[in-house]
Amino acid sequence: MTTAVSRREFLKVSAAASGAFVLEFWFPAGSSAAGSADTATEVNAWMVIHPDDRVVIRIARSEMGQGSFTALAQLVAEELDCDWGKVSGEFASPNEHFRRNRIWGSMLTGGSRGIRTSQDYLRKAGASARMMLVMAAATRWGVPPSECTVQAGVITHRPSGRRLRYGEVAAAAALLPAPAEVPLKDPRDWKIAGKPVHRLDIPDKVLGKPVFGVDVSLPGMLHAAIAQCPVFGGKVAHVDASLAQSLRGVKQVVRADDFVAVVADSWWRANEAVKALKIRWDEGGNGHVDNAGIAAMLREGLEAKDLPQARKVGEVGSALAGAAKVLQAEYHSPYINHATLEPQTCTAWFRPDGFLEIWTSTQDGEASMQAAASASGLPLEKIEVHKMMLGGGFGRRGGPQDFVRQGIVIARAVPGTPVKLMWSRSEDMQHGFYRPASLVSMKAGLDAQGRLVAWHTRVACPSILQVLRPQLLAKGGIDFTAVRSFDDMPYEVPHQQVDYARRNGHVPVGFWRAPGQQNAFYRECFMDELAEAAGQDPVVFRQSLLAPDNKERRVLEAVVHAAGWGQPAAAGVFRGVALAAGFGSYTAMVAEVSVSPKGELKVHRIVVAIDSGYVVNPDTCRAQAESNVLFGLGSVLYQENNLKNGRIVETNFNNFRLPQISEMPKVETLLVPSGGFWGGHGEPAILPLAPAICNAVHAATGKRIRSLPLKHHDLRPA
Amino acid sequence: MIKLIVNGETHSVDVEPEMPLLWVLRDHLGLPGTKYGCGISQCGACTVHLDGEAVRSCTLPVSAAQGKRITTIEGLSRDGLHPVQKAWIEHEVPQCGYCQTGMIMTATALLERNPHPNDDQIDQAMTNLCRCGTYARVRKAIHALAEAGAVTPRKS
Ligand code: FES
Ligand code: FES
Repeated sequence: MTTAVSRREFLKVSAAASGAFVLEFWFPAGSSAAGSADTATEVNAWMVIHPDDRVVIRIARSEMGQGSFTALAQLVAEELDCDWGKVSGEFASPNEHFRRNRIWGSMLTGGSRGIRTSQDYLRKAGASARMMLVMAAATRWGVPPSECTVQAGVITHRPSGRRLRYGEVAAAAALLPAPAEVPLKDPRDWKIAGKPVHRLDIPDKVLGKPVFGVDVSLPGMLHAAIAQCPVFGGKVAHVDASLAQSLRGVKQVVRADDFVAVVADSWWRANEAVKALKIRWDEGGNGHVDNAGIAAMLREGLEAKDLPQARKVGEVGSALAGAAKVLQAEYHSPYINHATLEPQTCTAWFRPDGFLEIWTSTQDGEASMQAAASASGLPLEKIEVHKMMLGGGFGRRGGPQDFVRQGIVIARAVPGTPVKLMWSRSEDMQHGFYRPASLVSMKAGLDAQGRLVAWHTRVACPSILQVLRPQLLAKGGIDFTAVRSFDDMPYEVPHQQVDYARRNGHVPVGFWRAPGQQNAFYRECFMDELAEAAGQDPVVFRQSLLAPDNKERRVLEAVVHAAGWGQPAAAGVFRGVALAAGFGSYTAMVAEVSVSPKGELKVHRIVVAIDSGYVVNPDTCRAQAESNVLFGLGSVLYQENNLKNGRIVETNFNNFRLPQISEMPKVETLLVPSGGFWGGHGEPAILPLAPAICNAVHAATGKRIRSLPLKHHDLRPA
Repeated sequence: MIKLIVNGETHSVDVEPEMPLLWVLRDHLGLPGTKYGCGISQCGACTVHLDGEAVRSCTLPVSAAQGKRITTIEGLSRDGLHPVQKAWIEHEVPQCGYCQTGMIMTATALLERNPHPNDDQIDQAMTNLCRCGTYARVRKAIHALAEAGAVTPRKS
């Protein structure tokens, strides 16, 4: 717990072993490594303070665009009471993390959890350091600490007016015991947190500095491109690499169980050589599966008897039998790839001294360490993972660490030489962990007054947990990501039942931004169908089923007010509404769309209200709302991954479209934090997007949309 | 040997004439600010300037860039930040940032050609793809730059 510590020693060791190492690659934005010959002090694991008062805050979570690199630093800096202008961030070292008994808590970055599950210990770390710094100053002056105040990193002894800067007492503070009691500020008194401070990672990004996984460059480094078995689960049967090996720059062909890689002196040469490989694949029995096979698998699940129940309240069977009106509908969604703009990548280097270094764009430094340990057989102490900035994550780079395992297999074939693996776009498109395709049927009953009395949902959906976190499957094999929005329905419905058919098939599924979000589409569109059957306005119908103090109800009311629900929209423009909860937050949305006589849809405006309890950086929260709208829009309009001969059909952005700037709707974000809980922002705003748009499409055309993407629907007004 | 003028400096590179400029920049000249996203001219992550015009370097054979002035994000500004980079910081445009160097190169070329683009012209020119959804801020930053007259039009 004293000075410049293990991390710094570790740096020295690594730098010495690697000779002409380019240290900037190890750290983002103005980190402590640059010019750190001074005696910077680790006051506690979360921060290093330099004699000139620069504060480097350690960030344990990953930065994939969501802004936590900055917001997490804001939370520490707020309680530390330092000068924000002197703050920079650096990623905490996963190697050191394990050596220090997981001192930085979780490194996992997913589930919109970065802030909400670390805010408590981060704020305490900041506050604890502040108390130690004040104590160090008070001790030097021989005064009680209660006579001292702090502002922007300057400690003042009020009675005498004496001052000391953090940089002057950091070394002494680090030697003090951490206080037992650490009171935290009332968020109402925040000066750094809660404010739209500029993001710490942006300056490097606009300059094109090498911050991403694919940017890693090391002395003597080689490049690798890869071909993986196009049928998931298949293997390499035979490789003829003679032509590939003869091409310029090619150093080595690496044959593994389920892929072949080429190592060359540039990535393009490596990838040209991959194209020249003649590979025969052993498809492993799934080479015949196509869309119809997936549909049949889900259909069988939907109709299976004795499914496990994720929720059961009352008796839906008898309640439906006694209902005045019963509605039933089936909804469906396809597989969708994450399509991070930076393809999967991993640089691995088996150092001559027996140490393994990895540089990668990962959502979970710990998972990368574990994957590296199991793939290399080395103990964790002999591995370091350098967390790079991610060119998008969206859930692709957390659970699955396939790219790390491959990087290690490839680098092991050229020991002593660092090798950077990068996937081509087509490899990335065809080897994802896709948002699950799902088929859901809902049956609900209204009484004579139009009140919802019973709701029975059957979900047939591949389980993400089965693929990535089987230990989290609940009793009966229930995957909470597959039944959310139904098993936690906010509406007061006396009789409810949710049945789950876990049907996985051979296509790998994964956590795609807001896993389980398809259910919000199904539920909220079906709610509009029910409102219509009850002869009620969709907002009034929802309100009548939500308790007055319900948080969904509050965001719903905020959003309809802001959007002008009930007042006429512009000519030809129609509105739809939806609400959802997830990832700790509550969200409601109004979409405004128009549909041309030719059936062309335009989404004009999205108004979204989010209650996340607290807001640490309002500007990045708004950016996340915009991000969710655009990310979701592609999936609503045209994205899908189809299956043919066991393979994914789509190969690149020409057949898997991403929306362009012209398609971006106007997004108005209402941040309505109500306090008392901590919710996330990375995913919640995507939940109500598909249903809000599809409900607006119904308002415009009279057509109910029960499957996505919309490109398969004829939207010409009936 | 292929002679290239990149960011004002002349380089000789011993590469295949058909190697796309992108890979010469990234892997042979050590300029990784220009990104690979698709390799088929769809996403614009690889955008650089060729004699001042925005081009997608992933499909441009290096031989076709010989003798032309190539500018990458690393050379966009000789001294500190280019006005477009400043606006990108001011409006907090990037999220993950992966598409943004290409986005900035495209926006700069647009503003040099047309200092006051309207929304349609922005839609026409800014066809770069962003998976993170930064488009509203890209538009806002371009409008702010136009209003301030921050980018010097290119004489042609
Ligand atoms: S990488 Fe060149 S356009 Fe996508
Ligand atoms: S900022 Fe991430 S792809 Fe554009």
